[in-house]
Amino acid sequence: MSRLEPRLLGIPVPRIGPESVPYWEGTRLGELRFQRCDACGAANFGPGLVCRKCRSRDLTWTRSAGRGEVFSWTVIWRPQTPAFEVPYAPAIVRLDEGYDLLTALVGLDHAEISDGLRVCVEFHEISPEITLPFFAPDPEHR
Amino acid sequence: MGADRNRGPHPYHEVAIAGIYNTRQARRLPGETMHSLLVEAVFGACADAGVDVGSIDALVGQGPAELTYDLGLGPVTRAFSNLGIPAIRDAAHLITTGEATTVVVTAAGVGMLLDDGATAPWTRPTNELVVAYGLFTAAEFALMARRHMITHGTTPEQLATVAATIRNNGHVHPGAVYSGRGPFTASDILASPMIADPFHLLDCSTTSEGGCAMVLTRADRAADLAQRPVHILGSASDSFGAAYSQAPSWDLRGSGDDVPAGYVGRRAAQTVWRQSGLGPDDVDVCEFYDPFSFEIIRQLEAFGFCGEGEGGQLVMDGAIGPGGRWPITTDGGTMSFSHAGISTQQIQRVIRGVEQLRGACSTMQVAGAEVALCSNGGSGALFNDLMLLGVERP
Ligand SMILES: [Zn+2]
Repeated sequence: MSRLEPRLLGIPVPRIGPESVPYWEGTRLGELRFQRCDACGAANFGPGLVCRKCRSRDLTWTRSAGRGEVFSWTVIWRPQTPAFEVPYAPAIVRLDEGYDLLTALVGLDHAEISDGLRVCVEFHEISPEITLPFFAPDPEHR
Repeated sequence: MGADRNRGPHPYHEVAIAGIYNTRQARRLPGETMHSLLVEAVFGACADAGVDVGSIDALVGQGPAELTYDLGLGPVTRAFSNLGIPAIRDAAHLITTGEATTVVVTAAGVGMLLDDGATAPWTRPTNELVVAYGLFTAAEFALMARRHMITHGTTPEQLATVAATIRNNGHVHPGAVYSGRGPFTASDILASPMIADPFHLLDCSTTSEGGCAMVLTRADRAADLAQRPVHILGSASDSFGAAYSQAPSWDLRGSGDDVPAGYVGRRAAQTVWRQSGLGPDDVDVCEFYDPFSFEIIRQLEAFGFCGEGEGGQLVMDGAIGPGGRWPITTDGGTMSFSHAGISTQQIQRVIRGVEQLRGACSTMQVAGAEVALCSNGGSGALFNDLMLLGVERP
């Protein structure tokens, strides 16, 4: 058994776009943030100017509790580039606030991943500007 | 044909596919350039159709501006640079509007895969929210396939059966890049190295080089040309946004709330059935895009060939194999025939559909095939393009 660890060195570093500045500010502070629609209440992610549910343009940045469950995942055995040491496990996590986030699972063996597994966010800095959210098994549900 | 439509002339009544051509396809084509392959393909498709290169009055697809000048054409219709089935549809629209009479669709790919140690660069997502997690095309499609396996119990054996079927079609095809590299059983697929779980190496498409072209013209003119004309009975495209950029979630939904991204292509298929007055039962052969084995199962469900969650059992029942109800991807597709860049292999789904309806396939000819459904794209790329071909003028 080998625990999945975050891949942090030599990987492509995100270039912050104009609409996602609050998101990356949040991760640097150890907060996961998303946009909540003032009109219909829908959680919106990724960052944008318009609610994808009701087309309202009144969105408010909100702090997520950073907890959710595994919606889908894959375990990679042939890396995108050598910077990504295998195995690693990209996943889509469904946050409790009601939005999906692409991330990678860490802190467990790849064989332990299952549908609906409860996970919580953990942050890892890869550059002065960018801190990435990863997700690990939620200790409250062990 | 089209009895259910009852809405005036068919949108593609005036259009016929008159010529097709594939250059040699290979893992590498040393000495060839994009332009040299495009030139060969244009001459080949025009010769197949029996039209003079000088009669081309529109070029659509890859490299049209360079071809226009170098072939001594002009004035021609100012070119589009579309890819795959949408490029063919652009060509058809130039004919339906009367703007052009002899339109050639072009595509080629060469010299793109310079780094054998990494995945194809255009398949790596660049979006800031995705880029740092090491995705590539197989991973994106795996996230979709996994969700279907969770929901419906779809198995790796079912995926492997798709891959073995398509690879065996390429194994017997003399023009396939991986000709003679089989035959494969589902067990062989499952024994190949895991790439992006649930996809083994042999569940995935290959990469190669080559080009192709297609001649479209007015149906009345096509009747007097060299080949039996093939007609467009319907065509439509679905998208959920930029391919290989956003996170591909099965449940991504937009304004068409009843169709999630996992069933991208369903709305397009419904449009095609409405345009044609036909349905899955009328289809003789399915030239589906095969970037990954699971995509065939998904498309069978999305397009209405079976219910949701029934695609895995359908492929195990032999429906997609030789002699089956809906033989799929009969030249070996991107898994075996060729996968040359970003458009060639997509146009080639339609080229193979035309070969089937001409009755001209040297291998895996579906006897008496009169209707072929061709597709491009897939769930991980968040788009699906469809084109329904027929031997009868609609
Ligand atoms: Zn809203």
